[in-house]
Amino acid sequence: MFNRRTLIAALALGLAAVVPATAQDKSIIVSSTTSTQDSGLFGHILPLFKAKTGIEVKVISQGTGQALDTGRRGDADAVFVHAKAQEEKFVADGFGVKRNPVMYNDFVLIGPKSDPAGIKGGQDIARALTTIKNKKAAFISRGDRSGTHSAELNLWKAAGVDIEKEKGDWYKAIGQGMGAALNTAGSSNAYVLSDRATWISFKNKSNLAIVVEGDKRLFNQYGVILVNPAKHASVKKDLGQQFIDWLISPEGQKAIASYKINGEQLFYPNATDTGA
Amino acid sequence: MTGEMSALQLVLTGDPALYAVVRLSLLVSLSAVLCAALIGIPLGALLALTRFPGREGVIVVLNALMGLPPVVAGLAIYLLLSRSGPLGTLGLLFTPGAMVIAQTLLVTPIIAALTRQTVEDLWLEYRDELAALGVGPLGRVATLVWDARFSLVTVLLAGFGRAAAEVGAIIVVGGNIEGFTRTMTTAIALETSKGDLPLAIGLGLVLIAIVVVINALAWGARRAGERYVG
Repeated sequence: MFNRRTLIAALALGLAAVVPATAQDKSIIVSSTTSTQDSGLFGHILPLFKAKTGIEVKVISQGTGQALDTGRRGDADAVFVHAKAQEEKFVADGFGVKRNPVMYNDFVLIGPKSDPAGIKGGQDIARALTTIKNKKAAFISRGDRSGTHSAELNLWKAAGVDIEKEKGDWYKAIGQGMGAALNTAGSSNAYVLSDRATWISFKNKSNLAIVVEGDKRLFNQYGVILVNPAKHASVKKDLGQQFIDWLISPEGQKAIASYKINGEQLFYPNATDTGA
Repeated sequence: MTGEMSALQLVLTGDPALYAVVRLSLLVSLSAVLCAALIGIPLGALLALTRFPGREGVIVVLNALMGLPPVVAGLAIYLLLSRSGPLGTLGLLFTPGAMVIAQTLLVTPIIAALTRQTVEDLWLEYRDELAALGVGPLGRVATLVWDARFSLVTVLLAGFGRAAAEVGAIIVVGGNIEGFTRTMTTAIALETSKGDLPLAIGLGLVLIAIVVVINALAWGARRAGERYVG
């Protein structure tokens, strides 16, 4: 059975090739959000970091809630997310060493160009959401404990809407990432909250457009936290700290600011703003 | 892989990122099928030839496990390999090794259940001869598996199809890390979420083409083997 032996030998070789691939040194795992990954930011800044330090950053892109969970279990060396309250709790509970503000951009309310709720061009996000609710216009929620989902829930609260009680058929929580939510909104003529970076880099905009932007409450802050080595001995604390130090250094901040799509800047560095 | 290029362009220009992704997909899925075959074929054959109380129940459960949802298999392996889990010290989570383990868990029931059926059908045909020749239990397993070898190629292909097509398990335990644990299916999921639907569909077509080629190779090997052995 020449053929079978060849096949088995080939498979065994394949298996052998998988094993050394797992033993790479000088690399860290960062659990981050879909927005930083899907927008292409990491593709822009990580090669710069690697060229300087030789450290390879492996990014797992998840919603903020899940990314923090990954850190809590010790499966990441650092978390890079955008939900300040959840991040502060993560540190207060002893899972993270220190929260460092890194950069910001803003959320935008996306909706069909036909604008069934008639809210286009407004700057008051609370009023826009109230109108959507009153007119029962279709709305897609991430529903996945992500940073954007947290922000959406806070905005409903700001609008005086108890969304858990008042949601109806018009409000659909899809439990998926930002891109999936935008795809769904595009194909079902619905409104959806998005971070601006994902929106700019999104390629399937179909009939969607920004309907509300510029409200101060749409601010979107990102922070980075080293997972606490005292909780999980496996955390690569020196390499992880080097990554954080670089992100908040003038060099890293410049790299973030220089990331643009079609001339439009996606993230604004603000590591020196200690209150952010 | 950049979204500015179509899948066809990536293939024609020999995009290194695309080839790395294809290579890892094949490596992970073929390794998983190999591991699953080493476990599943003997297990299925034994189950076909032995009789014990509760055997029917085991068969029903094994058949049902063919439909194990990939994301459940992924989660189980995730919890096992997580730093907070029992095997956390191995540091296997978010590596290709973890992906092989998760897919092995998915594919083993398929190979074991189909092997059981194939070998049992053969046994019903040959049991009297084997009994007359006085072949022992292990000898029977070996004889029947050897006799079923060409049908088992199809069984392995069924397992490979499952492994190559799934995304739920490997995205959970592999993390879809660029250049390290990104496969065809997780890349397709990523491009879909980035809204680059043409690239996602194009990668899907590339994946289907690869699976067709592998099936054609296996089919050719089977035919050649049959002709050679007679």
